[in-house]
Amino acid sequence: MQIIEIIVGIVLLIFAFLAIEAKKIINSVIYLSILSMLAVVSFVFMKAPDVAITEAVIGSGLVTAIFIFTLFSIKKVGDKK
Amino acid sequence: MMKRVIAALLILVLALFIYGNLYSTGEGKLFPKFGNVNLSERVSNKFINKNANGENGVVTYKETKDAESGSANMVTSIVVNYRSFDTLGEVTVLFVSALGVGLLLSGKSRMKFKTPPNFILKAGVRIIAGIILITGVYIFIHGHLTPGGGFPGGSMIASAVLLFYISDDEFRTKVKSFKFLEGTAGSLYLIFGLLGLTMGGYFLYNFLPTGVVGELFSAGIVPIIYIFVGLKVGSELSNLISDFLSEEGK
Amino acid sequence: MIQYLFIGLILIGIYGLLTQKNLIKLVVALNVLEVGVNLFIISTGYVKDGVAPILFKGVPSTNGTFVDPLPQALVLTAIVIGVGVTALALTVVRKIYEKHGTLNLDEMGSESDD
Repeated sequence: MQIIEIIVGIVLLIFAFLAIEAKKIINSVIYLSILSMLAVVSFVFMKAPDVAITEAVIGSGLVTAIFIFTLFSIKKVGDKK
Repeated sequence: MMKRVIAALLILVLALFIYGNLYSTGEGKLFPKFGNVNLSERVSNKFINKNANGENGVVTYKETKDAESGSANMVTSIVVNYRSFDTLGEVTVLFVSALGVGLLLSGKSRMKFKTPPNFILKAGVRIIAGIILITGVYIFIHGHLTPGGGFPGGSMIASAVLLFYISDDEFRTKVKSFKFLEGTAGSLYLIFGLLGLTMGGYFLYNFLPTGVVGELFSAGIVPIIYIFVGLKVGSELSNLISDFLSEEGK
Repeated sequence: MIQYLFIGLILIGIYGLLTQKNLIKLVVALNVLEVGVNLFIISTGYVKDGVAPILFKGVPSTNGTFVDPLPQALVLTAIVIGVGVTALALTVVRKIYEKHGTLNLDEMGSESDD
Protein backbone atom coordinates (compact mmCIF):
# COMPACT_ATOMS: atom_id res chain seq x y z
CA MET A 1 0.00 0.00 0.00
CA GLN A 2 2.82 2.38 0.90
CA ILE A 3 4.46 1.91 -2.51
CA ILE A 4 1.19 2.56 -4.37
CA GLU A 5 0.70 5.79 -2.45
CA ILE A 6 4.15 7.01 -3.42
CA ILE A 7 3.63 6.05 -7.08
CA VAL A 8 0.36 8.03 -7.11
CA GLY A 9 2.22 10.97 -5.55
CA ILE A 10 4.91 10.93 -8.23
CA VAL A 11 2.29 10.74 -11.02
CA LEU A 12 0.57 13.72 -9.35
CA LEU A 13 3.81 15.70 -9.62
CA ILE A 14 4.24 14.73 -13.28
CA PHE A 15 0.72 15.82 -14.21
CA ALA A 16 1.09 19.08 -12.25
CA PHE A 17 4.23 19.86 -14.26
CA LEU A 18 2.47 18.97 -17.53
CA ALA A 19 -0.53 21.14 -16.60
CA ILE A 20 1.74 24.12 -16.09
CA GLU A 21 4.07 23.61 -19.04
CA ALA A 22 1.63 22.36 -21.74
CA LYS A 23 1.70 24.42 -24.94
CA LYS A 24 -2.05 24.41 -25.62
CA ILE A 25 -4.44 25.74 -23.00
CA ILE A 26 -7.01 22.99 -23.59
CA ASN A 27 -4.38 20.32 -22.83
CA SER A 28 -3.49 22.19 -19.68
CA VAL A 29 -7.12 22.09 -18.53
CA ILE A 30 -7.39 18.35 -19.27
CA TYR A 31 -4.20 17.66 -17.30
CA LEU A 32 -5.69 19.65 -14.40
CA SER A 33 -8.75 17.39 -14.51
CA ILE A 34 -6.54 14.26 -14.42
CA LEU A 35 -4.64 15.79 -11.49
CA SER A 36 -7.93 16.16 -9.60
CA MET A 37 -8.87 12.53 -10.22
CA LEU A 38 -5.47 11.36 -8.92
CA ALA A 39 -5.91 13.61 -5.90
CA VAL A 40 -9.19 11.76 -5.24
CA VAL A 41 -7.24 8.46 -5.15
CA SER A 42 -4.79 10.00 -2.73
CA PHE A 43 -7.62 11.28 -0.50
CA VAL A 44 -9.10 7.79 -0.36
CA PHE A 45 -5.72 6.36 0.65
CA MET A 46 -5.62 8.86 3.52
CA LYS A 47 -9.10 7.76 4.71
CA ALA A 48 -11.00 10.93 3.87
CA PRO A 49 -14.14 9.79 1.98
CA ASP A 50 -16.08 13.04 2.41
CA VAL A 51 -13.31 15.09 0.84
CA ALA A 52 -12.87 12.51 -1.90
CA ILE A 53 -16.52 12.76 -2.97
CA THR A 54 -16.40 16.55 -2.97
CA GLU A 55 -13.18 16.69 -4.96
CA ALA A 56 -14.48 14.11 -7.47
CA VAL A 57 -17.63 16.10 -8.19
CA ILE A 58 -16.08 19.55 -8.16
CA GLY A 59 -12.49 19.12 -9.32
CA SER A 60 -13.13 16.96 -12.32
CA GLY A 61 -16.62 18.09 -13.25
CA LEU A 62 -17.51 21.67 -12.50
CA VAL A 63 -14.08 23.33 -12.63
CA THR A 64 -13.24 21.72 -15.98
CA ALA A 65 -16.61 22.76 -17.37
CA ILE A 66 -16.10 26.35 -16.23
CA PHE A 67 -12.64 26.48 -17.81
CA ILE A 68 -13.92 25.09 -21.10
CA PHE A 69 -16.86 27.50 -21.22
CA THR A 70 -14.39 30.34 -20.76
CA LEU A 71 -12.31 28.98 -23.64
CA PHE A 72 -15.47 28.77 -25.80
CA SER A 73 -16.34 32.35 -25.09
CA ILE A 74 -12.83 33.50 -25.89
CA LYS A 75 -12.92 31.53 -29.21
CA LYS A 76 -9.16 31.19 -29.41
CA VAL A 77 -8.90 27.64 -28.13
CA GLY A 78 -5.34 26.51 -27.57
CA ASP A 79 -3.82 29.58 -29.19
CA LYS A 80 -0.91 30.56 -27.04
CA LYS A 81 0.87 33.07 -29.21
CA MET B 1 14.51 32.57 -20.10
CA MET B 2 16.21 34.61 -17.40
CA LYS B 3 12.92 34.86 -15.55
CA ARG B 4 12.55 31.08 -15.47
CA VAL B 5 16.03 30.59 -14.03
CA ILE B 6 15.39 33.13 -11.29
CA ALA B 7 12.01 31.55 -10.51
CA ALA B 8 13.59 28.09 -10.35
CA LEU B 9 16.27 29.37 -7.97
CA LEU B 10 13.62 30.95 -5.77
CA ILE B 11 11.63 27.70 -5.68
CA LEU B 12 14.82 25.78 -4.85
CA VAL B 13 15.54 28.02 -1.87
CA LEU B 14 11.93 27.74 -0.70
CA ALA B 15 12.06 23.95 -1.07
CA LEU B 16 15.29 23.68 0.93
CA PHE B 17 13.81 25.88 3.67
CA ILE B 18 10.56 23.89 3.92
CA TYR B 19 12.11 20.44 3.60
CA GLY B 20 14.77 21.29 6.17
CA ASN B 21 12.34 22.54 8.79
CA LEU B 22 9.29 20.32 8.24
CA TYR B 23 10.00 17.66 10.86
CA SER B 24 12.24 19.67 13.17
CA THR B 25 11.97 18.58 16.80
CA GLY B 26 12.27 20.52 20.04
CA GLU B 27 11.12 24.10 20.46
CA GLY B 28 10.09 24.90 16.90
CA LYS B 29 8.19 21.66 16.33
CA LEU B 30 5.87 22.00 13.34
CA PHE B 31 4.32 18.70 12.26
CA PRO B 32 4.53 15.12 13.50
CA LYS B 33 5.85 12.52 11.08
CA PHE B 34 3.32 11.18 8.56
CA GLY B 35 1.06 8.66 10.33
CA ASN B 36 2.44 9.23 13.83
CA VAL B 37 -0.24 11.64 14.98
CA ASN B 38 -1.15 11.44 18.65
CA LEU B 39 -4.87 12.19 18.68
CA SER B 40 -5.21 12.38 22.46
CA GLU B 41 -3.26 15.64 22.55
CA ARG B 42 -5.36 17.29 19.82
CA VAL B 43 -8.71 19.01 20.09
CA SER B 44 -10.25 16.48 17.67
CA ASN B 45 -10.22 13.90 20.45
CA LYS B 46 -13.10 15.76 22.09
CA PHE B 47 -15.00 15.91 18.82
CA ILE B 48 -14.57 12.14 18.29
CA ASN B 49 -15.72 11.21 21.81
CA LYS B 50 -18.40 13.93 21.72
CA ASN B 51 -17.37 15.30 25.11
CA ALA B 52 -16.49 18.93 24.39
CA ASN B 53 -18.57 19.84 27.47
CA GLY B 54 -16.86 17.14 29.51
CA GLU B 55 -19.50 14.41 29.51
CA ASN B 56 -19.75 10.80 28.28
CA GLY B 57 -16.53 9.05 27.27
CA VAL B 58 -17.11 6.40 24.62
CA VAL B 59 -19.70 6.56 21.84
CA THR B 60 -21.06 3.30 20.41
CA TYR B 61 -23.03 2.93 17.18
CA LYS B 62 -26.81 2.47 17.64
CA GLU B 63 -26.46 2.43 21.46
CA THR B 64 -25.45 5.84 22.74
CA LYS B 65 -28.47 8.05 23.39
CA ASP B 66 -28.57 11.83 23.61
CA ALA B 67 -24.94 12.44 22.83
CA GLU B 68 -23.78 16.03 22.35
CA SER B 69 -24.03 15.81 18.59
CA GLY B 70 -25.74 12.61 17.52
CA SER B 71 -24.19 12.42 14.07
CA ALA B 72 -22.38 9.19 13.16
CA ASN B 73 -20.21 10.99 10.59
CA MET B 74 -17.73 13.01 12.63
CA VAL B 75 -16.82 15.34 9.78
CA THR B 76 -20.48 16.37 9.55
CA SER B 77 -20.69 16.89 13.30
CA ILE B 78 -17.69 19.23 13.09
CA VAL B 79 -18.85 21.11 9.98
CA VAL B 80 -22.47 21.64 11.02
CA ASN B 81 -22.43 21.44 14.81
CA TYR B 82 -19.14 22.30 16.48
CA ARG B 83 -17.93 24.74 13.82
CA SER B 84 -21.23 25.77 12.28
CA PHE B 85 -20.43 29.47 12.43
CA ASP B 86 -17.42 28.79 10.22
CA THR B 87 -19.70 27.09 7.69
CA LEU B 88 -22.07 30.06 7.74
CA GLY B 89 -19.16 32.34 6.82
CA GLU B 90 -18.06 29.94 4.10
CA VAL B 91 -21.53 29.85 2.55
CA THR B 92 -21.45 33.66 2.61
CA VAL B 93 -18.13 33.70 0.73
CA LEU B 94 -19.61 31.40 -1.92
CA PHE B 95 -22.64 33.68 -2.18
CA VAL B 96 -20.45 36.75 -2.65
CA SER B 97 -18.39 35.11 -5.39
CA ALA B 98 -21.55 33.94 -7.20
CA LEU B 99 -22.88 37.49 -6.87
CA GLY B 100 -19.69 38.87 -8.42
CA VAL B 101 -19.93 36.47 -11.36
CA GLY B 102 -23.59 37.40 -11.85
CA LEU B 103 -22.81 41.11 -11.80
CA LEU B 104 -19.94 40.88 -14.28
CA LEU B 105 -21.51 38.44 -16.76
CA SER B 106 -25.11 39.54 -16.96
CA GLY B 107 -25.82 38.64 -20.56
CA LYS B 108 -29.32 38.21 -21.88
CA SER B 109 -28.91 35.58 -24.61
CA ARG B 110 -27.66 32.04 -24.34
CA MET B 111 -24.23 31.09 -25.75
CA LYS B 112 -24.45 28.64 -28.67
CA PHE B 113 -21.98 25.80 -29.11
CA LYS B 114 -20.19 25.29 -32.43
CA THR B 115 -21.50 21.75 -32.93
CA PRO B 116 -25.14 21.10 -31.97
CA PRO B 117 -25.69 18.24 -29.47
CA ASN B 118 -26.28 14.90 -31.19
CA PHE B 119 -28.90 12.25 -30.49
CA ILE B 120 -26.79 10.04 -28.20
CA LEU B 121 -25.96 12.94 -25.89
CA LYS B 122 -29.61 14.00 -25.69
CA ALA B 123 -30.93 10.49 -24.98
CA GLY B 124 -28.13 9.69 -22.52
CA VAL B 125 -28.64 12.88 -20.53
CA ARG B 126 -32.37 12.18 -20.29
CA ILE B 127 -31.59 8.89 -18.54
CA ILE B 128 -28.60 9.95 -16.44
CA ALA B 129 -29.61 13.38 -15.16
CA GLY B 130 -32.49 12.08 -13.08
CA ILE B 131 -30.26 9.51 -11.40
CA ILE B 132 -27.67 12.19 -10.64
CA LEU B 133 -30.33 14.49 -9.15
CA ILE B 134 -31.69 11.73 -6.90
CA THR B 135 -28.15 10.77 -5.81
CA GLY B 136 -27.41 14.38 -4.90
CA VAL B 137 -30.56 14.67 -2.80
CA TYR B 138 -29.83 11.31 -1.13
CA ILE B 139 -26.30 12.42 -0.30
CA PHE B 140 -27.32 15.57 1.50
CA ILE B 141 -30.24 13.99 3.34
CA HIS B 142 -27.99 11.20 4.66
CA GLY B 143 -25.04 13.52 5.33
CA HIS B 144 -24.95 12.68 9.03
CA LEU B 145 -24.75 8.91 8.49
CA THR B 146 -22.69 8.28 5.36
CA PRO B 147 -19.84 10.15 3.63
CA GLY B 148 -21.05 13.22 1.82
CA GLY B 149 -23.23 16.08 2.89
CA GLY B 150 -24.53 19.39 1.69
CA PHE B 151 -21.51 20.52 -0.28
CA PRO B 152 -21.03 17.44 -2.53
CA GLY B 153 -24.80 16.95 -2.82
CA GLY B 154 -25.30 20.53 -3.97
CA SER B 155 -22.46 20.20 -6.47
CA MET B 156 -24.07 17.03 -7.86
CA ILE B 157 -27.33 18.92 -8.43
CA ALA B 158 -25.35 21.63 -10.19
CA SER B 159 -23.64 19.05 -12.41
CA ALA B 160 -27.05 17.65 -13.40
CA VAL B 161 -28.05 21.18 -14.42
CA LEU B 162 -24.77 21.39 -16.36
CA LEU B 163 -25.72 18.22 -18.25
CA PHE B 164 -29.10 19.76 -19.17
CA TYR B 165 -27.27 22.81 -20.48
CA ILE B 166 -24.85 20.92 -22.73
CA SER B 167 -27.51 18.56 -24.09
CA ASP B 168 -29.96 21.23 -25.18
CA ASP B 169 -29.08 24.39 -27.07
CA GLU B 170 -32.21 26.22 -25.98
CA PHE B 171 -32.27 25.22 -22.32
CA ARG B 172 -32.30 28.03 -19.79
CA THR B 173 -33.03 27.62 -16.10
CA LYS B 174 -35.55 29.85 -14.44
CA VAL B 175 -32.97 32.05 -12.78
CA LYS B 176 -35.54 33.81 -10.64
CA SER B 177 -36.71 30.63 -8.93
CA PHE B 178 -33.09 29.62 -8.22
CA LYS B 179 -32.46 33.04 -6.69
CA PHE B 180 -35.56 32.60 -4.53
CA LEU B 181 -34.50 29.09 -3.40
CA GLU B 182 -31.01 30.32 -2.56
CA GLY B 183 -32.23 33.28 -0.55
CA THR B 184 -34.80 31.19 1.33
CA ALA B 185 -32.29 28.47 2.24
CA GLY B 186 -29.72 31.03 3.41
CA SER B 187 -32.23 32.91 5.56
CA LEU B 188 -33.57 29.66 7.08
CA TYR B 189 -30.00 28.76 8.11
CA LEU B 190 -29.75 32.12 9.89
CA ILE B 191 -33.20 31.70 11.46
CA PHE B 192 -32.25 28.30 12.89
CA GLY B 193 -29.11 29.90 14.33
CA LEU B 194 -31.19 32.63 15.97
CA LEU B 195 -33.66 30.02 17.32
CA GLY B 196 -30.70 28.32 18.98
CA LEU B 197 -29.70 31.68 20.44
CA THR B 198 -33.11 32.12 22.05
CA MET B 199 -33.48 28.53 23.26
CA GLY B 200 -29.99 27.47 24.30
CA GLY B 201 -28.08 30.65 24.93
CA TYR B 202 -25.65 30.67 22.01
CA PHE B 203 -25.82 31.04 18.24
CA LEU B 204 -26.56 27.82 16.28
CA TYR B 205 -27.19 25.81 19.45
CA ASN B 206 -28.42 22.26 18.74
CA PHE B 207 -31.80 22.62 20.44
CA LEU B 208 -33.60 19.53 19.09
CA PRO B 209 -33.17 16.12 20.83
CA THR B 210 -30.21 14.26 19.31
CA GLY B 211 -31.58 10.72 19.54
CA VAL B 212 -29.67 7.47 19.04
CA VAL B 213 -26.41 7.70 17.09
CA GLY B 214 -26.79 6.13 13.65
CA GLU B 215 -30.52 6.45 13.00
CA LEU B 216 -32.00 8.58 10.23
CA PHE B 217 -33.96 10.86 12.57
CA SER B 218 -31.13 11.79 14.88
CA ALA B 219 -28.55 14.51 15.45
CA GLY B 220 -31.04 17.33 16.05
CA ILE B 221 -30.68 20.24 13.67
CA VAL B 222 -27.66 18.79 11.84
CA PRO B 223 -29.55 17.12 8.93
CA ILE B 224 -31.95 20.07 8.64
CA ILE B 225 -29.12 22.56 8.29
CA TYR B 226 -27.26 20.29 5.87
CA ILE B 227 -30.37 20.18 3.65
CA PHE B 228 -30.41 23.99 3.60
CA VAL B 229 -26.69 24.08 2.79
CA GLY B 230 -27.20 21.56 -0.01
CA LEU B 231 -30.07 23.52 -1.58
CA LYS B 232 -28.13 26.77 -1.28
CA VAL B 233 -24.91 25.40 -2.79
CA GLY B 234 -26.82 23.62 -5.56
CA SER B 235 -28.80 26.67 -6.62
CA GLU B 236 -25.76 28.93 -6.34
CA LEU B 237 -23.55 26.76 -8.53
CA SER B 238 -26.40 26.28 -11.05
CA ASN B 239 -26.74 30.05 -11.26
CA LEU B 240 -22.99 30.32 -11.77
CA ILE B 241 -23.10 27.88 -14.71
CA SER B 242 -26.05 29.74 -16.22
CA ASP B 243 -24.12 33.01 -15.92
CA PHE B 244 -21.07 31.47 -17.58
CA LEU B 245 -23.14 30.34 -20.56
CA SER B 246 -24.71 33.73 -21.19
CA GLU B 247 -23.53 36.32 -23.68
CA GLU B 248 -23.90 40.01 -24.19
CA GLY B 249 -26.59 39.98 -26.72
CA LYS B 250 -29.34 41.31 -28.77
CA MET C 1 7.94 10.72 2.36
CA ILE C 2 4.51 11.29 0.78
CA GLN C 3 4.25 14.69 2.45
CA TYR C 4 7.36 15.82 0.55
CA LEU C 5 5.55 15.04 -2.71
CA PHE C 6 2.53 17.12 -1.68
CA ILE C 7 4.79 20.05 -0.81
CA GLY C 8 6.38 19.55 -4.22
CA LEU C 9 2.91 20.08 -5.71
CA ILE C 10 2.63 23.39 -3.83
CA LEU C 11 6.07 24.45 -5.10
CA ILE C 12 5.14 23.59 -8.71
CA GLY C 13 2.04 25.76 -8.33
CA ILE C 14 4.14 28.71 -7.11
CA TYR C 15 6.58 28.16 -9.99
CA GLY C 16 3.70 28.34 -12.45
CA LEU C 17 2.39 31.53 -10.88
CA LEU C 18 5.85 33.10 -11.23
CA THR C 19 6.66 32.08 -14.80
CA GLN C 20 3.47 31.86 -16.84
CA LYS C 21 2.27 34.79 -18.95
CA ASN C 22 -1.10 33.49 -20.12
CA LEU C 23 -3.94 34.46 -17.77
CA ILE C 24 -5.78 31.13 -17.98
CA LYS C 25 -2.51 29.33 -17.25
CA LEU C 26 -2.21 31.45 -14.11
CA VAL C 27 -5.63 30.25 -12.95
CA VAL C 28 -4.57 26.65 -13.70
CA ALA C 29 -1.45 27.17 -11.59
CA LEU C 30 -3.62 28.53 -8.77
CA ASN C 31 -5.71 25.34 -8.93
CA VAL C 32 -2.61 23.13 -8.79
CA LEU C 33 -1.46 25.07 -5.71
CA GLU C 34 -4.88 24.56 -4.13
CA VAL C 35 -4.85 20.79 -4.71
CA GLY C 36 -1.39 20.58 -3.14
CA VAL C 37 -2.40 22.56 -0.06
CA ASN C 38 -5.55 20.44 0.41
CA LEU C 39 -3.59 17.19 0.16
CA PHE C 40 -1.01 18.43 2.65
CA ILE C 41 -3.62 19.53 5.20
CA ILE C 42 -5.35 16.13 4.99
CA SER C 43 -2.01 14.35 5.40
CA THR C 44 -1.34 16.11 8.72
CA GLY C 45 -4.32 14.25 10.22
CA TYR C 46 -3.52 10.74 9.03
CA VAL C 47 -3.09 8.04 11.69
CA LYS C 48 -1.36 4.80 10.77
CA ASP C 49 -3.89 1.91 10.48
CA GLY C 50 -6.76 4.31 11.22
CA VAL C 51 -10.23 4.06 9.75
CA ALA C 52 -12.36 6.79 8.19
CA PRO C 53 -14.00 9.01 10.86
CA ILE C 54 -17.50 7.51 10.59
CA LEU C 55 -19.04 5.44 13.37
CA PHE C 56 -20.29 2.05 12.26
CA LYS C 57 -21.16 -1.28 13.78
CA GLY C 58 -18.67 -2.62 16.31
CA VAL C 59 -16.31 0.37 16.41
CA PRO C 60 -16.44 2.38 19.64
CA SER C 61 -14.73 5.75 19.59
CA THR C 62 -11.53 4.97 21.45
CA ASN C 63 -8.17 6.56 20.80
CA GLY C 64 -6.08 5.56 17.84
CA THR C 65 -8.92 4.04 15.81
CA PHE C 66 -9.98 7.00 13.70
CA VAL C 67 -8.03 9.46 11.64
CA ASP C 68 -8.26 13.13 12.63
CA PRO C 69 -11.61 14.53 11.36
CA LEU C 70 -10.80 18.23 11.87
CA PRO C 71 -8.51 18.74 8.80
CA GLN C 72 -11.08 16.92 6.67
CA ALA C 73 -13.81 19.32 7.80
CA LEU C 74 -11.60 22.30 6.96
CA VAL C 75 -10.65 20.97 3.51
CA LEU C 76 -14.28 20.09 2.69
CA THR C 77 -15.21 23.74 2.86
CA ALA C 78 -11.96 24.91 1.25
CA ILE C 79 -12.66 22.93 -1.93
CA VAL C 80 -16.04 24.60 -2.44
CA ILE C 81 -14.47 28.01 -1.79
CA GLY C 82 -11.93 27.10 -4.50
CA VAL C 83 -14.70 26.81 -7.10
CA GLY C 84 -15.93 30.28 -6.19
CA VAL C 85 -12.44 31.75 -6.50
CA THR C 86 -11.81 30.01 -9.83
CA ALA C 87 -15.16 31.15 -11.25
CA LEU C 88 -14.58 34.76 -10.22
CA ALA C 89 -11.02 34.73 -11.64
CA LEU C 90 -12.22 33.31 -14.97
CA THR C 91 -14.95 35.95 -15.12
CA VAL C 92 -12.32 38.66 -14.74
CA VAL C 93 -10.24 36.94 -17.44
CA ARG C 94 -13.22 37.08 -19.82
CA LYS C 95 -13.73 40.76 -19.14
CA ILE C 96 -10.02 41.47 -19.68
CA TYR C 97 -10.15 39.66 -23.02
CA GLU C 98 -13.15 41.70 -24.10
CA LYS C 99 -11.27 44.91 -23.31
CA HIS C 100 -7.76 44.13 -24.57
CA GLY C 101 -8.28 41.36 -27.13
CA THR C 102 -5.42 39.26 -25.77
CA LEU C 103 -4.65 36.94 -22.87
CA ASN C 104 -0.92 37.53 -22.77
CA LEU C 105 0.25 39.78 -19.98
CA ASP C 106 3.14 41.21 -22.03
CA GLU C 107 1.00 42.28 -24.99
CA MET C 108 -1.60 43.95 -22.85
CA GLY C 109 0.02 47.34 -22.35
CA SER C 110 0.98 47.84 -26.00
CA GLU C 111 -2.53 47.02 -27.23
CA SER C 112 -4.15 49.80 -25.28
CA ASP C 113 -1.75 52.43 -26.71
CA ASP C 114 -3.18 52.18 -30.21
